[in-house]
Amino acid sequence: MNDLAALFLSAAFVENMPLTFFLGLCTFIALSRRPSSAVGLGVAMMAVLGVTVPLNHLIYTALLAPGAWGWAGMPGLDLSYLSLIAFIGVIAAVVQLLEMVLDRFFPAIYTAFGVFLPLLTVQCAILGGSLFMVERHYDLAQSAVFGLGAGAGFAVAVIMLGAIRARLAYADLPGGLRGLGITFVIAGMMSLGFSAFAQMVAS
Amino acid sequence: MLARPALWSVLTDPLVRQNPVTLQILGICSALAVTTSLATALTMSAALTAVVVMGAGVISLIRNHIPNSIRLIIQIVIIASLVIVIDQLLQAFLPEISRKLSVFVSLITTNCLVLGRSESFARLNPPIPAMIDGLGNGLGYSLVLIVIGAVRELFGAGALLGYQVLPLVDQGGWFTPLNLMLMAPSAFFLLGGLVWALRSLLPEQVEPPEHSAPAIAEDRA
Repeated sequence: MNDLAALFLSAAFVENMPLTFFLGLCTFIALSRRPSSAVGLGVAMMAVLGVTVPLNHLIYTALLAPGAWGWAGMPGLDLSYLSLIAFIGVIAAVVQLLEMVLDRFFPAIYTAFGVFLPLLTVQCAILGGSLFMVERHYDLAQSAVFGLGAGAGFAVAVIMLGAIRARLAYADLPGGLRGLGITFVIAGMMSLGFSAFAQMVAS
Repeated sequence: MLARPALWSVLTDPLVRQNPVTLQILGICSALAVTTSLATALTMSAALTAVVVMGAGVISLIRNHIPNSIRLIIQIVIIASLVIVIDQLLQAFLPEISRKLSVFVSLITTNCLVLGRSESFARLNPPIPAMIDGLGNGLGYSLVLIVIGAVRELFGAGALLGYQVLPLVDQGGWFTPLNLMLMAPSAFFLLGGLVWALRSLLPEQVEPPEHSAPAIAEDRA
């Protein structure tokens, strides 16, 4: 149990998706203009990552991993090169499903998510979560915890960035730095702060 | 079919003026992750340019047959297939670099740059302009990657492409490597600085101040 808690914390803080692995930066930057959209994005990321990583784990171990077809008399079959297409398909399907469920049962949340729910299909962080799961050989429980942790870490980072950017509206920046430029500098400082978590785990 | 000068500007505009990374906010994820050394940055640039050119060509060829409602999925599947080919090629011929790039080659699939260009240009134009647009954007992306990769490797390790340019202190030289350059934050700082420099040169790119609530122009992944 302790291991899982440690995995959650390290996925959320030490290996923070946008700030240490640069994953999902496009939405991270584009949707952090206002804190409200940042919160929506954070919640959606947690939901989608928490569902797709364990789901992709099941699919990978059952169908794609080397030797997965041993029971059918084909132990030498290695379909792992198909994992990219399979993962992206699962992610697209889950996002679509989530969208329909929200639309049907929680229309308020659905309108709050707006355009960026479908865009999560092409979010590097979500696909990255599944790819890391394969690369590090997580089991089912670990991959679920890893997905949730990574989503939580993304949510924390994007909400912080959104809040900071909202305050920046009152700062008098040089013209060239306004918007994108200063956002990168802030993200760099946040990433500097998050790298302190790595020391925490190491000690 | 576009006239020749128009094709030329389709190719050269994305290099600096409409650069995908610094202006369109496309493809930043991989731009920062693979730039710790120049060699990985070059490999990644070549891989991405190949994918974006071929992807644009294929999508543009079948653009009239793709139903609008499922076009995202079709585009993703085409791009993912191309990426798998590139990934397998890298693993076969450049195993060392392929290991360093780890998951980032696969992540070209979800690189906003590829999908963004196919969604906004290749889907609406004939194959030749679409491929030229892809090439221009790929080269613009490469330009940013190469600049950041060169700076990070030069100051982080005193080397370029693995050759020692600045003599290190522990080998009897004078240069103390800046470890920060090889870590995540410096990539953000460098890109921020690059954006700032570029926008000082091209003032028309400066964004309006964010005092009033900005309009919703956030339809990019």
